[in-house]
Amino acid sequence: MMMETMKTPVANVSSVDKGRYKLVAENIIASYDDIVAVKNISMKFKDKAVTALIGPSGCGKTTFLRCLNRMHELTKNAKVTGKVLLDGEDLYSNAVDPIINRRKIGMVFQKPNPFPTMSIYDNVAAGLKLNGINKKNVIDEIVEGCLKMVYLWDEVKNDLKKPGMSLSGGQQQRLCIARALAIQPEVLLMDEPASALDPIATQKIEEMITELKKEYAIIIVTHNMQQATRVSDYTGFMYLGDLVEFGETKQIFENPRNEITAKYVQGQFG
Amino acid sequence: MITIEQRAEFRKHFRYNIGRRLIVDKIIKITVLGCVALAVVPLASIMYEVFTNGVAALSVDFLTQVPGAVGSDEIGGIGPAIQGTLALIGLSCLIGVPIGILGGIFLSEYGNNKYGRTVRFFNDVLAEFPTIVIGVFTFVIIVITIGSFSVWAGSFALSIIMLPIIMRTTEESLKLVPVTYREAGYALGIKRSVVVTRIVLTAAKSGLVTGIMLAVARISGETAPLIFTILGSSQFMTGLDGPIDALPLRIWRLSSLPYDSAQTQGWGAAFILIMMIFAINIGVRYVFLRKRGTSMLKFKMFGGVR
Repeated sequence: MMMETMKTPVANVSSVDKGRYKLVAENIIASYDDIVAVKNISMKFKDKAVTALIGPSGCGKTTFLRCLNRMHELTKNAKVTGKVLLDGEDLYSNAVDPIINRRKIGMVFQKPNPFPTMSIYDNVAAGLKLNGINKKNVIDEIVEGCLKMVYLWDEVKNDLKKPGMSLSGGQQQRLCIARALAIQPEVLLMDEPASALDPIATQKIEEMITELKKEYAIIIVTHNMQQATRVSDYTGFMYLGDLVEFGETKQIFENPRNEITAKYVQGQFG
Repeated sequence: MITIEQRAEFRKHFRYNIGRRLIVDKIIKITVLGCVALAVVPLASIMYEVFTNGVAALSVDFLTQVPGAVGSDEIGGIGPAIQGTLALIGLSCLIGVPIGILGGIFLSEYGNNKYGRTVRFFNDVLAEFPTIVIGVFTFVIIVITIGSFSVWAGSFALSIIMLPIIMRTTEESLKLVPVTYREAGYALGIKRSVVVTRIVLTAAKSGLVTGIMLAVARISGETAPLIFTILGSSQFMTGLDGPIDALPLRIWRLSSLPYDSAQTQGWGAAFILIMMIFAINIGVRYVFLRKRGTSMLKFKMFGGVR
């Protein structure tokens, strides 16, 4: 098969200065039951930049993303091996509680999933209140700040007590992003955050990502190649559980080094 | 690939007898409505029978006084029975609800293993236990030990009857909460126990309330286990360690007496019991589910019962 001849360009991460990168994944192998979804991927993510993961359905993008905040292992019969270093500290070492790490790495899901029984305000405050913060003025400040960051504040400031579910799909997704930002993460993982949204809502989310990039390391899984070119600085192309090519977005889309990458970004298969 | 010719061939297989299909549709609709009507008939006729037979007994005295002496002209009431039933429901809930909900949480969130399956199996067996056996069991281990019939013993027996109902409905309601909410919680770095209690449990609230109400309705009408545990009494409660009366017991006693006035009082007591369960049900739903807005509340109270 073609795949066997390919080399992942970032396989040898250990030699790289880890300090320059916010998040470094080393030799991640992830499986469900006996199916290996991610085959030994190593990748480095820069701070204050957007890295996109693209690839056809079933190539392991989402699984890999879920390994980065230890969500994958919550699935039944799922296994992960390898290392994920956040500022040089391994999230998979036994010394660190996964809960602490999930607070440092926010996650936004494919489908908007606001908590159904909570108001707009409580949805954003959930990660704070349920993690033991009970100073109302602090929570108020964070809720307002986060809703402003996702450009939702002006739309909901008079309806904070309304159920989160009463918002439109695009608003719900921005609410979920605000909820993820509220716990003050350092890295933001986004799993196809705009795939369930219309073009206008998508545009809003993309503008927001560009704005959030100034403060966070953002990793976004997307099926939409235009979206990857619009929002990301770096792009990784995954295929059949391997990281085929990883580099600057411009280079991946305009001058791919790998034959399969070229075919995929030109839209010859998907 | 399917060719154009094949596709034309496939299209021929569809039936175009719209008229006949609309008739079938109508027949099914009428059958379904007919079955609903049939199911409502017993309920409506029981309510009618109970009300018309018992309405003559209803009065303030009937609700507040102690029963009169058997066979005398003295018209008594069912005050102690109402008090006893309320005390039994309250105390049984205090014992049964927390244990039942925690058990349900275990089955749903931590019970996906051999131990969980064993617990689930025996819980289902317990749900089908004859309640008189639970009464005899309670008699042996509590009434004989303490040396008297008591509210405690009655509540213990009734809470055992509640447990499997609450456990199972809690488990099923929790399982209905989509995994995406749990994941959202975990992604916020929230501990598993907090995700379960503050996110999953609140999302499943209406199912939980329904389960508890089913259990309350079930124990309110239990008679057999009470004979062995609270015995019955014609006086108001003196304490949790003495015998008391309860509505199902009183209904049973009154209806086995040969006097017309007693029979009427029995019907009246039955009417009060039904109304009590109805009132508790609506009250609890109102208190726990009102935040969803009025229209939602109406839906949950009258249409949203699983």
